[in-house]
Amino acid sequence: MNVKEIAEQLNLKVVSGSSGLSNEITGGYTSDLMSDVIAHADHGNIWITLQTHKNVMAIASLKDLSAVIIVNNQQPEDDMVSQSNEEGIPVLVTNESTFAINGKIFNLINIA
Amino acid sequence: MNVYKADLHIHTILSPCASLEMSPKNIVQRALEQNLDIIGITDHNSTLQCEIVIKEALKEGLKVYPGVEVTTKEEIHCLAYFSSLNDLSEFQTYLDQYMPNIKNDPKLFGYQVVVDENENIVYEEDKLLISALQIGIDKVEQLVHELNGIFIPAHVNKSKNSLISQLGFVPSTLKADAFEITKQTDNQSFISQNRLKSDTVILRNSDAHMLEQIGENVTFLSMESVEFSEFSLALNSLSGRKVILQ
Repeated sequence: MNVKEIAEQLNLKVVSGSSGLSNEITGGYTSDLMSDVIAHADHGNIWITLQTHKNVMAIASLKDLSAVIIVNNQQPEDDMVSQSNEEGIPVLVTNESTFAINGKIFNLINIA
Repeated sequence: MNVYKADLHIHTILSPCASLEMSPKNIVQRALEQNLDIIGITDHNSTLQCEIVIKEALKEGLKVYPGVEVTTKEEIHCLAYFSSLNDLSEFQTYLDQYMPNIKNDPKLFGYQVVVDENENIVYEEDKLLISALQIGIDKVEQLVHELNGIFIPAHVNKSKNSLISQLGFVPSTLKADAFEITKQTDNQSFISQNRLKSDTVILRNSDAHMLEQIGENVTFLSMESVEFSEFSLALNSLSGRKVILQ
């Protein structure tokens, strides 16, 4: 499953980094601590977080993640958007909570 | 008693997010232009650039409090200052011990270099300095105080990497020597909103990552001299020394 398909199926808004919409998703990782993501996320994971700053994109790039989903209808900061476009890693926004979106994505991609 | 103008939260070229212009020479020059009496050098998770800044500052009669901006396990930023290079390097051994082994990628995070007085690179830090240490805020406070250092949670009302962003509140049990807040807030509202004691000491600093930010936000200290021991007294409002509230 790729980022575009998840975005369509779950009605996620694509804010930036659309050149990466074809990125294949290997699984998901949910965390709001940068240090935790650096230590534990796997490449190709889709990252679910409430953080909206540009370091999120630097870490997404470092870990080679497929996309970032921001929850609770939070908006990414301008520098996060520009870095997302530069890196070609999509930033998607949902108005769902972390808990809800986790459940939905987990069921969709069915990967632990 | 004299009034000293201090900016105690300044990053150097060593911090990956700081501008490459933040060399010891440039920082000292800018501090003098801003009529600062005291500067605090606080790079992310490293003290390695402090000594050279002190050397440069000494030439101009500018006082430096050497320190660091620690990122705790909870990803809270805390400022720590030490009275001697000895204590500073002891603390550096803790930083070395508790930093995770994550390598920096300069293209993503920025360069992490230590430069000498002529701006030649003498060392490049491999480990990503904006990583979180493997110890929590209470342990950091304990280690700082064991070395007779000063422990001040940074920008506590900022929307990220602060006590409030990470914990949601200011823990009353935390043994902080003062709290640093951002310029948008006034002392009284901050103290009452967070149910702190009315005599809580509040500081403001620039958190400068670029030269033009140095001195943008300052703390005024009423002390006999710029010695570190005076700073300690001022934070505790002892012997007539104090932090002048704005």
